[in-house]
Amino acid sequence: MTTSSNGDLFTLKRRPPSEKFLDIGFRQLVIVLASLVAIVLLGILLTVVHGSEEAFKQFGFSFLVKSSWNPVNEEYGAFTAIYGTIVTSLLSLLIAVPLGVGTAIFITENLIPLKLRNLIGLMVELLAAIPSVVLGLWAIFVMEPFLRPILNWLYEALGWLPIFSTQPLGPGIAPAILILVVMILPIITAIARDSLNQVPPELRQAAYGIGTTRWGAILQVILPAAVSGITGGVMLALGRAMGETMAVTMIIGNSNNFSLSLLAPGNTIASMLANQFGEADGSQVSSLMYAALVLMVLTLVVNIFAQWIVKRLSLKY
Amino acid sequence: MTIATQSLFERQSLHRQPNLPRNRWNVFFTVLAGFFALIAVLPLLLVLLYVLIKGGSLISLGLLTQLPPAPGTSGGGIGNAILGTFLVTLVASLIAIPVGVGGGIYLAEYSRGGWFQSFVRFGTNVLAGVPSIICGVFIYGLIVATRLLFGESYSAVAGGIALSVLMLPTVIKTTDEGLKLVPQELRWGAIGVGASKFVTVTRITLPTAFTPIATGVVLGIARAAGETAPLIFTALFSPFWPEGLLKPIATMSVLIFNFAIMPYEAQNALAWAASFVLVMLILGANLFARWLSRFASST
Repeated sequence: MTTSSNGDLFTLKRRPPSEKFLDIGFRQLVIVLASLVAIVLLGILLTVVHGSEEAFKQFGFSFLVKSSWNPVNEEYGAFTAIYGTIVTSLLSLLIAVPLGVGTAIFITENLIPLKLRNLIGLMVELLAAIPSVVLGLWAIFVMEPFLRPILNWLYEALGWLPIFSTQPLGPGIAPAILILVVMILPIITAIARDSLNQVPPELRQAAYGIGTTRWGAILQVILPAAVSGITGGVMLALGRAMGETMAVTMIIGNSNNFSLSLLAPGNTIASMLANQFGEADGSQVSSLMYAALVLMVLTLVVNIFAQWIVKRLSLKY
Repeated sequence: MTIATQSLFERQSLHRQPNLPRNRWNVFFTVLAGFFALIAVLPLLLVLLYVLIKGGSLISLGLLTQLPPAPGTSGGGIGNAILGTFLVTLVASLIAIPVGVGGGIYLAEYSRGGWFQSFVRFGTNVLAGVPSIICGVFIYGLIVATRLLFGESYSAVAGGIALSVLMLPTVIKTTDEGLKLVPQELRWGAIGVGASKFVTVTRITLPTAFTPIATGVVLGIARAAGETAPLIFTALFSPFWPEGLLKPIATMSVLIFNFAIMPYEAQNALAWAASFVLVMLILGANLFARWLSRFASST
């Protein structure tokens, strides 16, 4: 009697096969789900490369430097759009980086009470949540009419410069740059804020201890220590600015005529895709796919470079 | 001796001298940073203000339940677009949440280093950086142009799939990070009392990490609901009520895009109204997610 119950207690219970099957099956399932990421990524690449094959055979690399876009003659060159993508994203970055980093410093250093700082942080994060199409709507009906007298004044005062050489007539590259600033500012601020918060307090205390002022510490100790994270954030923002579609499409004017002037309407690859893809057919689809491939390569390079920079530049304290 | 000490600690130098260059620079930089912060906050306030004034004033029951008017006529509403946004986002969530949570479980619970794991992580980061319009092009090339789904071209499902591609990296990352916050002792305890890995994950670690995952998922859904670029040539637009998931469907974001560039005032007004509804939904979801994570950290 006792032996049998003891025997029951101490016999090794094997898992029933159904449970084993579930266990192994679940493991296989999550591996498959995880590899879906890779499959989707490869799928995107293959679709875009395959779609652009025809245009690539026809135009080769001259597609990248020609600015004609003529669906009637089936002549395509994406230079205007590539130039627009690079100019808008770089110039918006030029404005957004000082603004974003300055804001991040303002809400991480204790210049104002914590509650106020958290409020500003929350508002910047909520700005990131506003859909780009709503910002575009706002840009069309509020920002652009407000901006036009200022741009007109720029044209009249500095019209001899090639970048201000056309009269602003509504949508154009300059308003697009400003709306891009609004869109990437939250990214830069959020990442700069995180990297500033991660700087060890000892560094700051040491700087204060040898008698520096607050901004002496910020500019010479804290910012250099946080520079890797901030640079990574800036690169991510650059990638986002290049791929940003809706707000830019609504305000840039979508013109394929190349112009150096920032006040003239222009085009970016993303806005060209948004505008023409739906109605395109034949070789235009292939040319648009080619442009999409260029955009994808640009953002991929920027993003991978961003990840590399964060790994490479991160200071070891 | 005493004279030397006195000159060393001149009383004047112990007071803060506001006219010193470094103190002047200090004030200058503080004002500059404050000014930058003001500029950073200004767009949100202005956009919210205009959306509230121009869109909020139009909201009525009719606007939320009627179809958009024909071009040139006034009245009407955005009922079909609200329903469409809901349906498309639902399709996207039904795809992205299981796949993303599964991928996150793999990364946090099953992977033990190695190339596959770092490849998935790298892929997730890269996928998060792919422009949303490219997702649209991808789904157009894969599903719409090839008529893969029962011979239909533009459809709500295609739009939902495009959005799910966008949501996927967010869901994977939040699941991965949420699961990593679960104390290791809980897993050891579960394994110790004889639970299998499957039971440990589904009964112990996933429920423990529920709030961070839910927060990330809510944020992902909110972002997807506002996306336009992947939808304009996958879900397209329709001025009618949804005719099923395999037909083109109206969504609020595409409605805003289409109606904002129309030269008719009635359409422009509807674009503002749709912006109001969309912004309220998205900001509401964001604040809810924030509350959720604070609620979790307080308990």
